[in-house]
Amino acid sequence: MGKTIEEINAKIRSGSVVVVTAEEITEVVKKKGVKKAAQEVDVVTTGTFSPMCSSGAFLNLKQQKEKMKFGGGVVTLNGVPAYAGMAAADVYIGATALPESDPRNANGGPGRFRYGGAHVIEALIRGEKVNLKASGHGTDCYPMKNREQSVGLEDMNDAFLFNPRNGYQNYNVAVNLSEKPIHTYLGTLKPGLGNANYCSAGGLSPLLNDPGYRTVGIGTRVFLGGAQGYVTWPGTQHNPNAPRSDNGTPRRPAGTLALIGDMKEMDSRWLRAVSFAGYGVSLSLALGVPIPILDEDMVRSVSVTDDQITAPVVDYSRYYPYGEGEPVVAEVTYAELRSGTIRIQGKDVPTGAFSSYARAREVAEHLKTCILEGQFTLTRAQAPLPGAFAGEEVRS
Amino acid sequence: MKRSKVVLGFPPERVEEPVIYNLITLYGLRVNILRASIDPGKKGRMVVEISGEDHPLAEGFNYLERIGVDVGTLAGEIKHGEEKCVSCTACVPHCPTGALSVDRETWLVSFSAEKCVVCRSCVDVCPYGAMEVG
Repeated sequence: MGKTIEEINAKIRSGSVVVVTAEEITEVVKKKGVKKAAQEVDVVTTGTFSPMCSSGAFLNLKQQKEKMKFGGGVVTLNGVPAYAGMAAADVYIGATALPESDPRNANGGPGRFRYGGAHVIEALIRGEKVNLKASGHGTDCYPMKNREQSVGLEDMNDAFLFNPRNGYQNYNVAVNLSEKPIHTYLGTLKPGLGNANYCSAGGLSPLLNDPGYRTVGIGTRVFLGGAQGYVTWPGTQHNPNAPRSDNGTPRRPAGTLALIGDMKEMDSRWLRAVSFAGYGVSLSLALGVPIPILDEDMVRSVSVTDDQITAPVVDYSRYYPYGEGEPVVAEVTYAELRSGTIRIQGKDVPTGAFSSYARAREVAEHLKTCILEGQFTLTRAQAPLPGAFAGEEVRS
Repeated sequence: MKRSKVVLGFPPERVEEPVIYNLITLYGLRVNILRASIDPGKKGRMVVEISGEDHPLAEGFNYLERIGVDVGTLAGEIKHGEEKCVSCTACVPHCPTGALSVDRETWLVSFSAEKCVVCRSCVDVCPYGAMEVG
């Protein structure tokens, strides 16, 4: 016998809901079995805290008495260029945008990438002001041609993150098979399999707990950067057709989410600008997704553990950049990655992560508390993400 | 306001330029010169303490990098900024002595100053700027 999302929400409102994290559900199942767990547990919370480059913010700036059209003009925030190819007062600042003054990888590299779009986004969320510089062509209705002003979130009608790709379901483990150190978006990789860097919260990661996108879909309410946000679309590069293990989890990068959340409700605890030497700027984000336990199948999905999820080890010196050599050097589980060492080509390779497991746990715990306190209710997806459940109505 | 104590290495062709003046006037930074060794036509070296807000500091350092002035950290102890660290563990495989390690129960990264040999590998690989030379 199953539950519906409406029944779960009624329990949240009455204070009788049972919520556990994706780590805790494993223990519940071990002790009580799948059937009992499905009856007793209503929601399982997942979490991740990781750099997510495909992120950025739509900002709508309040007009002054004399109005100005940014659209078609040039706009920078603390020297970082924002995209202004929209209406008069809308701009979009991407997390990886860099000021012209940044030397990048010139001067022999690796560049340091000290400040970029993500830093502007973090500063705004911390309540700081940033320097807006705008020039436009001036029209009869928007006569002002230049505007320079210190602006914070209070000077904006709207400010929301609109991230085209977050929450990657599984990811590559990066290694370097060459003789030289390389600097990548998965960090600095020492030559000759000197280290292996991974970036997923594994068994705690949102989409790895709903591998077929049965409950997570367009319209799902999520925890994003401290605010309640929404899944708005499958993320860019969403690929449900990756090869999968028997438990349904993909063995390669697969599903992704496009997400929206209100910056005015976000908290810098759950969002951080990062600088990758030799690569660029990115934005680390906390994402938490609640998984409704509709029936025993959902319990099986959320009980997945690190030793049951496999990631591909990819060479970032030749294969990733040039498509040369073997696409996948080896396959490893997240349990092996988290042990601190993986064995590749007969060598013990130390591992490091970019996804913080400690913070992922905090996200899942925090979301659990929000649901238990009645501050966060679940939404039914309005349309499924492309995948196994896309052909049928989302069950609940 | 942040403070950063750094060693500036000037290439010979920049020694006669008003670099510090530019840092102050163009980027609004406070520069305190602690030591300087500058001779025309030779490489120069200066130990300075630069202070300012995040964004102007980044702009100032970008300016130095752009004109080929090497910005080095002073030899000193490595500091683990726990408020900046998110315990991602990116630094752990880069630490040759095990001074940076992760507790595999709590997944928190900890730093042992006793084991640290100040190789600075962690400073370069930490995307959060949590490892600093003090």
